[in-house]
Amino acid sequence: MTGHEKELSEADRQLLSAMQQGFSPVLQPFQEIAERLGVTEEKVISDLRRLKANGIIRRLGAIIDSRKIGYTGTLCAMQVPAERIPEVADVINAFPEITHNYVREHDYNIWFTILAPSTARINQILKRIKEQTGITTVLNLSASRIFKIRVNFDLEGDR
Amino acid sequence: MTELEQRLIMELGDNFPIDSRPFAVIGRRLGMTEEEVIARVKEFIDRGIIRRLSVALRQQNVGFTANAMIVWKVPPERLEEIGGTLASFPEVTHCYERETLPDWPYNLYTMIHRPYREECLAIAERLSQAVGIKDYKALFSKQELKRSNPQYFSEERE
Repeated sequence: MTGHEKELSEADRQLLSAMQQGFSPVLQPFQEIAERLGVTEEKVISDLRRLKANGIIRRLGAIIDSRKIGYTGTLCAMQVPAERIPEVADVINAFPEITHNYVREHDYNIWFTILAPSTARINQILKRIKEQTGITTVLNLSASRIFKIRVNFDLEGDR
Repeated sequence: MTELEQRLIMELGDNFPIDSRPFAVIGRRLGMTEEEVIARVKEFIDRGIIRRLSVALRQQNVGFTANAMIVWKVPPERLEEIGGTLASFPEVTHCYERETLPDWPYNLYTMIHRPYREECLAIAERLSQAVGIKDYKALFSKQELKRSNPQYFSEERE
């Protein structure tokens, strides 16, 4: 998938950088972004719609602190034989509370996150995953402290 | 949290209109005025419920294809200091302390997203030198099995 970035024009990079910095709760937030960039509001809106439609923008809007609205999250790891990964992934991914699931290079090769309204629900999901896959070793690595969450890709810097 | 607040958070998070007057559009959906919506957004920001109004980019599609989770084994008495130092690096997108298990001694986690694997490794080495911790591992992602937006309040809605 490398190479997709070449489709981003310089104008797109500037727009996405400005959007990553954030926009304000004002009457016309995209007008403010447009003024920052020296383009029209219409261009900002049409470019953002295009970047959302083609999947460059995964989501646009309020970034919610899930803990502040009563949700709790955890990171889990499993050791899954390579040939069973698709089948085990289907079991895990079926739960809407699973927000990320990655194969990583380690003996613990499946890493997924759960975001749920309670620890009880997290434990229930883990119990079902163990039952349905027969894999009983699952690391449940809940966060005890968050030092930083700030996903901001440098699209304009020296690459 | 009231049902209206829940609906407002879903509209703001999952359904934000790309429109000249987005808060007016949300207001029409929920039976609120534009001013009321903006006032609630400011309040949610003040309360920390909304971190920011922004975009989340699909990392692969903007060329940040190398994704390393660096796990660190840090002496507990230095966690506060080291967590703060690692979090201060702009290349670090996430920095969490997590519980340890008998089989898993790593207690600090940092995520690094870059275009190339070698950059992630070089950044990890710089982080290591900055905090003087050599006991770390870089776990690169090989395949994305799922990446979805959080589903809030869905059980109340079903």
